[in-house]
Amino acid sequence: MPSGAPAAPPAGSVSRPVRAAWGAQPAILGRRAAALCLVELQKMAHDRTEIYTRAIQPLLWLVIFGETFSRIHAIPTGGKPYLDYLAPGILAQSALFIAIFYGIQIIWERDAGVLAKLMVTPTPRPALILGKSFAAGVRALAQVVVVLVASAILGVSLTANPLRIAAAALIVVLGAGFFSTLSMTIAGLALSRDRLMGIGQAITMPLFFASNALYPVKVMPGWVQAVSKVNPLSYQVDALRGLLVGTPAHVGEDFGVVVLALAVGVAAASALLGRLARG
Amino acid sequence: MTSRSEGAPPGPQSRDLPAETPAVACHGLTHRFGDHVAVDNLDLEVRPGEVFGLLGPNGAGKTTTIRILTTLLPCARGAAEVFGLDVAARPLEVRRLLGYVPQQLSADANLTGWENVMLYTRLYDVPRRQRRQVAGEALAAMGLTGAADRIVRGYSGGMIRRLELAQALVSGPRLLVLDEPTIGLDPIGRSEVWQRVDALRRDSGMTVLVTTHYMDEADQLCDRLALMHQGSVRAVGSPAELKAALGPDATLEGVFRHFAGGGLGDDDGGGEYRAVRSTRRTAGRLG
Ligand SMILES: Nc1ncnc2c1ncn2[C@@H]1O[C@H](COP(=O)(O)OP(=O)(O)OP(=O)(O)O)[C@@H](O)[C@H]1O
Ligand SMILES: [Mg+2]
Repeated sequence: MPSGAPAAPPAGSVSRPVRAAWGAQPAILGRRAAALCLVELQKMAHDRTEIYTRAIQPLLWLVIFGETFSRIHAIPTGGKPYLDYLAPGILAQSALFIAIFYGIQIIWERDAGVLAKLMVTPTPRPALILGKSFAAGVRALAQVVVVLVASAILGVSLTANPLRIAAAALIVVLGAGFFSTLSMTIAGLALSRDRLMGIGQAITMPLFFASNALYPVKVMPGWVQAVSKVNPLSYQVDALRGLLVGTPAHVGEDFGVVVLALAVGVAAASALLGRLARG
Repeated sequence: MTSRSEGAPPGPQSRDLPAETPAVACHGLTHRFGDHVAVDNLDLEVRPGEVFGLLGPNGAGKTTTIRILTTLLPCARGAAEVFGLDVAARPLEVRRLLGYVPQQLSADANLTGWENVMLYTRLYDVPRRQRRQVAGEALAAMGLTGAADRIVRGYSGGMIRRLELAQALVSGPRLLVLDEPTIGLDPIGRSEVWQRVDALRRDSGMTVLVTTHYMDEADQLCDRLALMHQGSVRAVGSPAELKAALGPDATLEGVFRHFAGGGLGDDDGGGEYRAVRSTRRTAGRLG
């Protein structure tokens, strides 16, 4: 083994001229984001218990809430059994609840010094945010499996078309990615874990209830409908219903809205990252 | 404000003026948190290749200074340069020159040591084919080869510090910035960290900027020291010079107490103390 001297610069890493800032930016962003996504996967591989415990909540919703409301027949679902109507909503909800946790995680990493150290590397800030939202997406993917299997067992008539299932998985990943950036944006405004917890709770429930996850938009009061209209969760649920159980949907528009929301979320959270690291 | 009064007092100081670009140069650096002035018109110069210690009581502004130098805080007033690069104007280039270990234990506890180091090889664009070798050597140099595949959560404090040094080294930094690298470590952990830093510096000639509250470390391991108090530098010199300036039997702790302990006396900005290297007159006045 070569003794000592680890500090001999790995060829070129330091002396290499800094690349032209703008042209190389997307390539650097992509490479850094990939590196950060990889460590998120490694972390998940080391601790799988969280993935299992996370599966409990959507199951409870499906079994308790779903079965109960199926009997009440109170919600107009356009002819679908309520459980069929509900399952895509619960899928989106469970992804939301996972994603909203990422703001707390990034504050925790700030307090631990992990974030500061990353920010002192030549890494564009959006790459740090993309890594986290990717992790949220992958964790949400585990929920897709759980909810789809449970739904099938409970007798929901799901699509068997692999393309539709893949598209559904994709919009769950994108939606979770967006809500993680929303959470990290709020973290950048709130700066402390306590405040974020308060704001997070104050915002998660309205996002969930002012959406079409549990009931159609048309049964809501007007102002809740207005919230639902700008709530990306509603678009995500609309696409999931269309893809998985075949209700009428605007899947193209839904994808557009969620992707746009994700882009805005990444930009906003990245812009506030410096403030978060300072706070 | 008078910045470094170069050449004003004739004497040994002028001989020491480095011909090469300083590793760190701060002039009139000031940083406020709200109304609180954390760094107050700070002047500092670190020469290439030296181990430079930043000392001072809690709240003196050491970490704030470091956070400005590492581009984490904006440089609102005054100027800070790393190897001639302005920190505010060229943060990305500055970051490529730095290895940084923050005050908190900052390795990712949910990854293995190896994964922690490999992440940094990627973030610093170490070519793919060299990554494993670079990471392996950095871990070996920090004595962590055997522990590399364990999750960091199970590491001791000293091991985490050495892992963080390994992370900071993969880019071959020209300036290694260590904020209290031995805080909270037992004596064995402390001396292990310092042995590694010393070996690094000997083998690679990198510049090290370090803060510590341990006077014995500062005394034995730093080439030069700056004593900070209330946001500004009160004295600069080698440990021997600082002690000699205070009196024949002075200890470094005595120097520390002298500049920081009384603390609440008249705040004269410490301008004349900065000339402590060059003068016996100062020693006379202080003694
Ligand atoms: N984010 C912040 N917001 C407000 N005040 C701050 C912040 N960070 C530091 N300060 C204040 O600035 C002053 C300098 O803090 P700094 O952390 O630089 O000191 P230090 O010399 O590193 O101290 P220590 O030896 O305890 O680490 C302190 O009074 C501290 O309370
Ligand atoms: Mg400090």
